[in-house]
Amino acid sequence: MAVPRRSTARRPTATRPRARQTRPTVLDTRPAAPLAIRGGAASAEERLGVRKTYKLFIGGAFPRTESGRAYVVRDAQGAMLANACRGTRKDIRDAVRVARKAQPEWAAKTASNRSQILYRIAEMMEGRRDQFVAEVRAAEGVGPQRARRLVDAAIDRWVWYAGWADKFPQILGNVNPVSGSYFNFSIPEPTGVVGIVAAEESSLLGLVSRLAPVIVSGNTAVVLASESRPLPAITLAEVIATSDVPGGVVNIITGLRRELVPHLAAHMDVNALDGFGLDPTTVAAVEEAATDNVKRFVRPPTGGLNGYDWLSAAAQSPYVIGEFIEIKTVWHPIGA
Amino acid sequence: MALTRKPEAKPAAASWGMGARDVPWEYAAAPESTDHIRIEREYGLFIDNQFAPARPKATFEVINPATEEVLSRVARASKADVNRAVSAARRAHDTVWSRMPGSERAKYLYRIARIMQERSREFAVVETMNSGKPIKESRDVDVPLAAAHFFYYAGWADKLEYAFPNRRPTSLGVAAQIIPWNFPLLMLAWKIAPALACGNTVILKPASTTPLTAYLFADVVRQAELPPGVVNIITGPGEIGMELVRHPQVDKVAFTGSTAVGKLIARAVAGTHKKVTLELGGKAANIVFDDAPLDQAIEGIINGIYFNQGEVCCAGSRLFVQESVYEPLLDKLKDRLSTLRVGDPLDKNTDVGAINSAGQLAKIAELVDSGIAEGAEIFQPDCVLPDKGFFFRPTLFTGVSQSHRIAQEEIFGPVLSVLTFRTPEEAVEKANNTPYGLSAGVWTEKGSRIFKMVSAMKAGVVWANTFNRFDPTSPFGGYKESGYGREGGLHGLAAYTRLDGAA
Repeated sequence: MAVPRRSTARRPTATRPRARQTRPTVLDTRPAAPLAIRGGAASAEERLGVRKTYKLFIGGAFPRTESGRAYVVRDAQGAMLANACRGTRKDIRDAVRVARKAQPEWAAKTASNRSQILYRIAEMMEGRRDQFVAEVRAAEGVGPQRARRLVDAAIDRWVWYAGWADKFPQILGNVNPVSGSYFNFSIPEPTGVVGIVAAEESSLLGLVSRLAPVIVSGNTAVVLASESRPLPAITLAEVIATSDVPGGVVNIITGLRRELVPHLAAHMDVNALDGFGLDPTTVAAVEEAATDNVKRFVRPPTGGLNGYDWLSAAAQSPYVIGEFIEIKTVWHPIGA
Repeated sequence: MALTRKPEAKPAAASWGMGARDVPWEYAAAPESTDHIRIEREYGLFIDNQFAPARPKATFEVINPATEEVLSRVARASKADVNRAVSAARRAHDTVWSRMPGSERAKYLYRIARIMQERSREFAVVETMNSGKPIKESRDVDVPLAAAHFFYYAGWADKLEYAFPNRRPTSLGVAAQIIPWNFPLLMLAWKIAPALACGNTVILKPASTTPLTAYLFADVVRQAELPPGVVNIITGPGEIGMELVRHPQVDKVAFTGSTAVGKLIARAVAGTHKKVTLELGGKAANIVFDDAPLDQAIEGIINGIYFNQGEVCCAGSRLFVQESVYEPLLDKLKDRLSTLRVGDPLDKNTDVGAINSAGQLAKIAELVDSGIAEGAEIFQPDCVLPDKGFFFRPTLFTGVSQSHRIAQEEIFGPVLSVLTFRTPEEAVEKANNTPYGLSAGVWTEKGSRIFKMVSAMKAGVVWANTFNRFDPTSPFGGYKESGYGREGGLHGLAAYTRLDGAA
C-alpha cells in the first residue's frame, strides 16, 4: 500500500514519544487527587468535577452490587478515593452464570480473532494511559515514573498474550506417534469458567498478568479485584467493555475477600481457581473449598507475592496459559 | 504353583461344531499354564531394594478373584513403615537419582522395559490370577503397554529440556503414587516411568487386592540394579495411602481411583507445596450416528464396556444411539453380547473374566438392581457362570433415562446403559450431562461431524470410530470431576517436573 511519507516528527501517533515521559504533566502536579474527584470547587470560576461511580462489571454491564452495600477505598495516605461496591455471594453467582453462558462462544471464536480482541484491549488502554497512571499512583502510592512503568507493562502484557492466542496451541499441543494404525493428536482447550483472586498489592499489572493468560485460550473469568485497591480494576473493566470483548467473558467483582473468596472457591460451576493472589495464610482453606468439584487450583508462589516482581519477564509465560487449559487427545483409525 | 482349576461349566464339545449343525459350537478349554509361575507365600514391603516385613509385623491375604483361593499374604504397612519408605526415597532422590545425568537414568529405565518384556509371560499370568482379567488382555494389552511405557519415558530422561521450551526442568522430589486394582501393572508403569525419567523417586502403593505384579516388578527393579530407595512399594489399607499423601517429605502425589477418594486427597494436600495429579472416575458417552459402520461400531461398543469386565475408568458405559438405527443396532448388540465368553480368566478364549472383589461385585449388583427398580429394561445373555469366584453377566439396559442412577453413576462393571438421540446437538447435550469428563466415543463416517463432535465433547480422550485405545505417547486424563493432569506422552512429563528455572 502506498502511503505518502511524512516526517516522523509531525506524524500524529497513538503512542506517546518517549521524550514526553520526563516532561511533567498535569497529573504529576496533582499527586493526591489525580482525578479531581474530591472536594468542591475552590472558587466560582473553577468547574466542579464530575465524579465516577465505581460499580461492578458483570456480563458486559456495570451494575451496582445487588446488596446496595459499599466500602470506602483510600489512597496510600489514607485519604478517601471513592466508594466501591461491596459485592456479595449473589453477585458472584450472577457473574458465574453469565461467564458460563459466554464461554462456548468466546472459545468458538477463531484464535486469530481472540488475538485481535486482546490486542484491542491494549489499544484502548493506551488511549487511557494517563488515567491509569493516575489511578495506579493513587491506589498504590507509587511515584509517577513507577506508575507509568506499571501501566506500560500492563498494556504490553496484553500485547504479549494477544500474540499467544494462535500460537500456544502449537506449543502446548502435539501429534502423538502411537504404535498402531491410528492418527492421534492432543490439543489444548479452555477449561471453562475460571475464578481469579487478583493480587492485593499490584492493582492493575497484577490483575492483567493473571487475567490475560486465562481468557486468551477461550476461558471466561470471574475476577475478585484487589480489596484495598479496586479502582484500576474497574477502569480496566471500562476498557474491556469497549474492546470487542463479548459481555460475560470478563467479570470483575469488588468487595471484601473474606466475604467473597470462599464462595468463588466453592462454586460448583467454576472449573478452575487462580489463587496466585491469595494471602498465603488463607491458601489451605481456599484450596480445600475448591476440591468439592475438583477445581484446578493455582497456588501463590512460596512465601506469597511479597516482593514478587510483576515487571519481570518471569511474570508472563505460556506455561501460565497452560495452567488453565485441558488437553484433549483424539484417536482415529487410519485405513481405507 | 498348583492352581486348582474349577471344572468348566459345560463340558467342552469335541466336535468344534464341524459338520454338526445341531450341536452348539463350543470351545475347548484353553487354559494358560501356571506351572512356571512362582508366587511367594508372603511378600514384605519393598524399601531400599529390600523386602522386609512390616513393623510391627502384620499381613493380609491376597486372593484370586476367579477362584477365591488365597494366592499370597502381603505386608500391611504401618505409619512407621511409611516414614521408612519416604526416608529411603528422600535419600535416594537427594543423593543419587536427581543428580545422576539423565542419560544414565534413561539406561536404567530401558533396562526395566527390557526385563519386563523378557518376563512378560510371568507378568501376564500373575496379573490375570490376581486381578481376574482375561489372560488375552493381560498378555496383549496390560503387559506390553506397561513395558512400552518404560521404554518411551526412558528416552525422555535425557531430553527434558526439549520438552519444555525456554525452561530447565528439574525433579520435584519424592512422589507418592496410589493406584487402583483394575490395571495393576499398567497403572504402576504410568506412574513410575515418567516419575523416574524426570529424576523423582517414588513410593508406590498398589491396591490392596492387586499387589502381586507390583511386588513382581520390585524384583525387576533389583534385576535392573536400580540404586536403593529409587522405587519403593508398600501395601496396606487406604489409611496408609493417606499417611503417605500427608507425609511432609512427599513433594508429589499422583492418584488414580475414585472421584470420592480423589477429593479427599486434594483436600489433604490443600495448602501444602505438593503437586497433585488425579485420574478419577468416568461415565463415558459412546455416540453412534446413523451413518456409522454398524458392525465396526458394535465391536467398539463391546470393547468399550466389556473390556476388563467394564472395570475401566474410561469405559463407554453410556451408549447413545441415533434413533433411526436404534433397532438394527440393538439386535446386533444383543447377538454379539451373547457370544461373549465369560469365565476362567486364564482361559485364552475368555472375553470377560472375574470381577476383582466381592465388594465390587456387590456394588455392581446393587446398581443393576437400581436400574431394574427405576424402570430400565435389562438384557443379559444366557451364559453359565462359574460356581466360585466373582462373576457378573455382561449386561445391557434399554429404556434408560438421563436421571437413572445407571446413567449417572460410575458402575465399574460390565453394564451398559443404552439411550437414544435424534440430533447431534441432543447427543452433545446428553453426553456432557455428567460431572465426569474422562473419555468419549463417536461413530460416524462423516469426517466433519467427527471433528464437530470431538470439539464439543467435554472429555480428555475422544475415540472416533474406535474405543479404549492406549499408548505411551498419548496423553490420558480427564476434564471436570474426572481429575486433572495428564499421564502419557509429553504432557505426562509436566506432572513430574518443576519448570521454575528459565533455560
